[in-house]
Amino acid sequence: MSDNVSPLRQAPAPTGGAELTAEVAALIVAALNLDIAAAEIDADGPLYGEGLGLDSIDILEIALVVSKRYGVQLRADSQENKSIFASLRHLCGYIAAHRTK
Amino acid sequence: MLPLIGHVRAEATLAYRGGAAISAARFLADVAELGDRLGDSRHVLNACDDRYRFAVGLAACAATGRVSLLPPTHTRDLIRQLRASFPDAVCLTDQAACTIGLPHLHYPDTSARPVAKHFSVPKVPATQLLAYVFTSGSTGAPQPWRKRFGPLVTCVREESRRLGLEGTAAAIVATVPPQHMYGLESSVLMPLAAGHALCAERPFYPADIAAALDLVPRPRVLVSTPVHLRALLGSGVPLPEVDLMVSATAPLPQPLAVEIEERFATRLIDLYGSTETGQIATRRLSEGLEWQLWPGVRLGHRDGDTWADGGHIEQPTRLCDVIEVTGPESFRLQGRQADLVNIAGKRSSLAYLNHQLASIPGVHDGAFFHVEERRGSHTGVARVAACVVAPRLDAAALMELLRERIDPVFLPRPLVFVARLPRNSTGKLPQEALMALAAAHLKSSVA
Repeated sequence: MSDNVSPLRQAPAPTGGAELTAEVAALIVAALNLDIAAAEIDADGPLYGEGLGLDSIDILEIALVVSKRYGVQLRADSQENKSIFASLRHLCGYIAAHRTK
Repeated sequence: MLPLIGHVRAEATLAYRGGAAISAARFLADVAELGDRLGDSRHVLNACDDRYRFAVGLAACAATGRVSLLPPTHTRDLIRQLRASFPDAVCLTDQAACTIGLPHLHYPDTSARPVAKHFSVPKVPATQLLAYVFTSGSTGAPQPWRKRFGPLVTCVREESRRLGLEGTAAAIVATVPPQHMYGLESSVLMPLAAGHALCAERPFYPADIAAALDLVPRPRVLVSTPVHLRALLGSGVPLPEVDLMVSATAPLPQPLAVEIEERFATRLIDLYGSTETGQIATRRLSEGLEWQLWPGVRLGHRDGDTWADGGHIEQPTRLCDVIEVTGPESFRLQGRQADLVNIAGKRSSLAYLNHQLASIPGVHDGAFFHVEERRGSHTGVARVAACVVAPRLDAAALMELLRERIDPVFLPRPLVFVARLPRNSTGKLPQEALMALAAAHLKSSVA
């Protein structure tokens, strides 16, 4: 599963605003039951692998929460996906650009 | 001698990539070309992500008498141990950035090799060693299991019959990797041996699964796991017609299985097996809880454990589940053994994880324990946690050292630092006491 969610670091993407960033961070902490505060997530650190230590099951869990909350269905075979989980900022930028609710 | 593939016509579809058909003759040309380029090594760790390339690699090894190495994980520690056991091993990879610590053989472009004028399928001795698969022993060393070509082919031909695919040429889409026993059997060997078509992609998100199925003709089969099927159901993503869904790695809850069959208007077959035995039983949960064994496979109880042998099983094997035998060819699962850890199909044991934790310099004592599935989880995956006594280590450093030793899915959530473990007078560590200790620590750290 790991190949689908590459932890590539890229140039900072638009975040969709501090409000969305805080909201998505809170969703991730709640969905994965992480024992850190949402505000402790580094907006530019990788979510996958060694950063926050998430694995592909977590990524699937987050994808489901994001699809329910924002109406965004993530795809692994789109070019963009390579960078979606590069950081919280990238994920929020993707949500802001594709949200339907 | 057995044919390398079950396809009997040159133009029969053996695989799809991006919806484009790849013929059996093209596959054999790719196998011949890769076989010429494998070099001197007799052992090939096949790390190809693309399922078609993986299949070409596996078949090229089989056709040239080489053995494929299929470890469940690529931690630095495990690769080091593999190198010690198989000094000539090379890693066949299709990733430019592959970090596996073995000499790399990059998957070559084989397209220049013309398709042979006469369709002739190579034969492989039934006794030939096709692969080593590995389980984690409780002492830390990976334990290799020999998989010979004949028993594997017997097993997956039966699977094709069991799944009702005999006489069809089905397209098999799979969400599981080909390197694990379930994916090896159901997404690679079954299509190869029984004349079906494998799909090169490994869809991950629900929308990817829908797209992958949409690209191939019926009959379509989805080979998956409870994690992916639950996510698929929860996502609300519509699927094209799927003629059959197959699930393995963990038992499906019956209501979930019934809901999946209704929502997707399909049949859902649950497979039971293990790395050691391969698949040995099927059931359709909408019809009942009982598992039906493969012909010739027998179960017996010995010293409180259930053992399987006969049929395609190469040596008597202790099963990690608590099993009630209900007939000569049927059984029910009563639960797992307390020590077994199965997270999304990756299997380990508390004893193994504890051993890895204790082997880290600076760790005085430590123990893993099961935590319950989080309420509201979309994937239904329960994790493990650990308590550790390591006064001179910080959490990040300890996690990093663990990451070198164990697969990331087994990393403890949470990892709780304590002054000492609640061992009883005999040195045993009751799971309940561990959970209570961890809960108390988490509460006080938040407060």
